[in-house]
Order: sequence, then C-alpha cells, then structure tokens
Amino acid sequence: MVSLAESNAQDRQSASSRAKAVKRFSTSDAVFKNVTRSAAFAVLAVLAGVAISLVAGAWLAFQTFGLGFLITESWNPVTEKFGALAPIYGTVVTSLIAMLIAVPVGLGIAIFLTESCPRPLRRPIGIAVELLAGIPSIIYGIWGLFVFAPFLQHTLQPFLIATFGHVPVLSSLFAGPPYGIGVLTAGLILAIMVLPFISSIARDVFTTVPPVLKESAYGLGMTTWEVTRKIVLPYTRVAVLGGVMLALGRALGETMAVTFVIGNAHRITPSLLAPGTTISASIANEFTEATGDLYTSALFALGLVLFVITFIVLAIARLMLAQIKRRAGE
Amino acid sequence: MATYSGRKTKNTVMMTLCAVAAAFGLMWLALILFDLIYEGISGVNWAVFSEMTPPPGDEGGLLNPIVGSLIMTAIAVAVGTPIGILAGTYMAEYGRHDKMTNVIRFINDILLSAPSIIVGLFIYELMVRTMGHFSAIAGAMALAIIVLPVIVRTTEDMLLLVPDALREAGTAVGAPRWIVIRSVAYKAASAGMITGVLLAIARISGETAPLLFTALNNQFWSTDLNAPMASLPVTIFQFALSPYDSWQSLAWAGALIITVAVLTLSIVARVVTAQKEDR
Repeated sequence: MVSLAESNAQDRQSASSRAKAVKRFSTSDAVFKNVTRSAAFAVLAVLAGVAISLVAGAWLAFQTFGLGFLITESWNPVTEKFGALAPIYGTVVTSLIAMLIAVPVGLGIAIFLTESCPRPLRRPIGIAVELLAGIPSIIYGIWGLFVFAPFLQHTLQPFLIATFGHVPVLSSLFAGPPYGIGVLTAGLILAIMVLPFISSIARDVFTTVPPVLKESAYGLGMTTWEVTRKIVLPYTRVAVLGGVMLALGRALGETMAVTFVIGNAHRITPSLLAPGTTISASIANEFTEATGDLYTSALFALGLVLFVITFIVLAIARLMLAQIKRRAGE
Repeated sequence: MATYSGRKTKNTVMMTLCAVAAAFGLMWLALILFDLIYEGISGVNWAVFSEMTPPPGDEGGLLNPIVGSLIMTAIAVAVGTPIGILAGTYMAEYGRHDKMTNVIRFINDILLSAPSIIVGLFIYELMVRTMGHFSAIAGAMALAIIVLPVIVRTTEDMLLLVPDALREAGTAVGAPRWIVIRSVAYKAASAGMITGVLLAIARISGETAPLLFTALNNQFWSTDLNAPMASLPVTIFQFALSPYDSWQSLAWAGALIITVAVLTLSIVARVVTAQKEDR
C-alpha cells in the first residue's frame, strides 16, 4: 500500500509535470500562431514587393520622360523615345470589344442555365463552362493564330470591309486590308476567353436569389423573362457588375492569347482590322530583346501602368462581389 | 400596359435568345477543343515524350520542356503550398476576427486575378537582375507566387466550413489550439485543401507569361536550377510563332498535352471534393 505521504508527493510531482506540459503546450501554441501570422503577412509582402519592384524598375523611364510617357504615342527603341499611349489604347480597345460581346452572351448563358435549361443538362453544362474557364490562355493564343485569325481573314473581315467600307464613320473603323491578325481578332479571342468567367460567376450569383422572391413573382403571373428582368437582375445587380469587372480585369491583363494575334505594332489607328499592341503583349514580345536600361525601364513602366489599372478594376470588383455575401449574412 | 400575348411573345423571344447565346458560346469553346485535338493528336507520339526539342526544321520531341515544366511546377508547389496553408490557417483560425484578416483576404483576392506577366516582372527585378542571369529557380519562384493566393483562398474557405463544435470538442479534452487545428480542423478540411493544391497545379501548368523572362527557355537538356530551363508553355510560344512546320506541329502537340493535363487535374479535383460530400 502506498502511504498517504508518498501519494501526496506523487500528486505534487504529477501536478508540476502537468504544469510543465501546459506551459510547453502554450509555448508551442504561441510559436504556431506566430508562424501562421507571418505566413499571412507574406501575402501582403508579395503585393508590396510587386508594387515596389515595378516602381523601382520604372523609375528611369518616368525620370526621363515624366508623366508625358503616358500620353506619348511614339515607341522607338533606336532613338530611345518611348511612350505608353499606343499600348494603353490597344489594351482598352481590345478589352472593350471583349466586354461588348462577352457580357451579353455570358449573362445569356447564365440565365439559360438557371432559368430555362432542362434540369438534367444543367449540371453537365455548368461543369463544362467551369472547366473551360481553366484552360490556359496560351491554348487560346495558338488556336487564335492558326485557326481563328485565318478564318476571320476570309470571312468576317472582308464582310465588314464590304459592308461598312462606304458608311462615313464606320469605314474608318474597318479600313485597310484584312490581315487576319489585329485589334479586332485580339478582342474577339478575349471575348471567348472571358466568356466562361462571366457566365460561371453570374450563374453562382443568380442562385443566391431567395426562391421565395421568384416564386411570389411567378405567383403574380410574371413570365420567366419578367422574373429574370425584374427580380433576379435587380437583386443581383451589384454582384453581377462585380463579376463583369473581374472579367474586365482578366481581359486587361491577359497576355498570351493577345500576344499571338495582335501583331505587335506600336501605333494608334482607328481601324480595328489593323495590327496594334497591348501593354502585356508589348512586355511579352519585347522584354527579352530589350537592349539598354531605358528600353527595359520603359517596359517596366508599362507594367506599372497595367498594375495600377488592374488593381483599381479588381478592387472595385471585389468590393462589389462582397456585397452579395453581406446580404446573404443578414 | 402590355397585353398578355405580347408579354408571352417577349418571354419566348428573350428566353430563346438566352438559349441561342448558350449554344453560341459553347460552340466556340467546343470548336477550340475540337481543333486542338484535331491538330494536336497527329503530333503526339512516343518521340514527343522521349526526344529533345529539335533544331529548326528538324524532327524531335518535347522531353526537355516537359521535364522542365515538371521540375519548376514541383518547386513552385513545394514553396507556395506550406506558406499558403499557414496563411489560410491564420485567417480562418487565430485571426478570424482580426481586422487585418479582412485586409489580407482583400489583397489575396487581388493577387488571385492579377495579371501574371506582372509577377514575371517582379521576379525579374528581384531575382534575375540581382543574380545576373535567367534561371529555373527564378521561374519556379514566379510560379510559386501564383500558387500562393490559390492555396490561401481554398485553405481559408475549407477551414471556415469545419463546424466549431468539432474544435470545441478538441479543446474540451485539453488539446491546445495548434493540436486542435492540426488533428481536427486540417483532417476535416483535408479534401478541400487537396483540391486547392490540384487547382493551383492546374493553374500554373499553362502559365507562360511569368516564365518568359525568368526561366527563359533552353534548347537543350538541363536540370540545373541555376541555369535557364525550358518549359512547355514557353516552348509552345516559341515554336508556334516560328515558320517551321515541324516546330508548329510540336507546338500543337504540346498544347494538347497541357490541355489534357489541366482538364484531368480539374476533374480529379472535382471528384475529390464530391467524394468528401458523399461521405
């Protein structure tokens, strides 16, 4: 039998070892907490690092050209005169073309999937759209170069020239020979690329509409289109816009799909059929060939411009998309 | 006031337009896949996986770019995943009610869709310029930066799905927080976290822009991390824009390989999550 004194001593011993264990636990917990916290701050560090390195790289170009860099069209590596206007113009125009086509079609797909598609087909088509959103952009690029551009050169572009060639304003938009590659082709490829993004986001957003709202509208005798137009779209308006902005951010920064088909010409022409360039395509095409510090720095300055534009667009997109989550939380 | 038949007609017209939009959109996407298989399948043979990239106009394969892509992807995942999981853990566990978490989530979401060519410029400035030459390790780091936000996002989302009652049960039996996270939360969220890793791999296996001026390209066999390394996407870019038929057909074959790999990874990721939901 263990005496009372011995068992007390044991208790005291185990109590102290328990205290040690608790202490060890709390130390290891604090260590783990700090490790995870520093990893979380690494995310912030990456973004800060990107911003700092772009500013550092672009410093020389902005020092040399000032803010006039942003509104100068000439891009001449030989005389080392660089301006960002042509790439900025190309980026904006190709993204606009993409949005003009992809937004209505993408929303159409989303409405079709949530409202009128036969039920057994909804899941497979939805999954197919999501899978296609994951196909890398270089695939769209190679397809655009070898299949889509020649196709446009022989069909759509001659048609556009023949149709609008004699209409006063439109004739300048569709002037020149059908090259195949050019601003219009790049815009159309971007449209096909962002289409799955828009439709899968819009579909997710549409399904957040409370069924009661839709049912009561149907109960009042509304048609499917009226329910979509008057209930679903107003309820989800901000989040849908957020999704569109997200797709716009993608289109603005898209590199490979555009680089293949835009033609890389640093000039601004009103014709959509002419070759042009975008910010990302200029960087991708010229960076490794850039000789001289100023040339490289000018490309960095282009990157900084793209970073600022996409940051603003994506920030607005995220704030808009967050709105639907807040509403769901209410 | 619109008449009933007028409203019905409008409904039919608009809903038909939506169906047409769906058919139109899906047609293009189907066409791309069809062309890819049509053009690529003839180029995919044993030589593609066993021979090096040929000099212009010659026959050859894609062995060095395939291996290069695998090496750089592996390093990128090995670097990006642990940091991403830890960061996601902080956001979902320790810092769930922290104001900083909202900021980090916002920044992470922006990184998630930031143009990848910008990441290339960042790594060029950070590593290529300081080291003085292009290298495979710089390419791998550029890819790791693209992996990071994907993992952070999925880890946080998946950990937030784990019911708090499970954590409370762990704490109630005396386990400290980090053991609860490791043995309860991670275990419950494992399928989702694996999905995140798979999606991240799918995402970087086709990335071209960040590799263009970090890992550059290499015509020859190289496993030296300190030297330029070939990768499948960059090789496709170079070969597709070349005037040589044999290079172009290799580019198509490479494009088909990447697409099959990406689609397989996405489908496997889906199956992993679906199995978890069934249980």
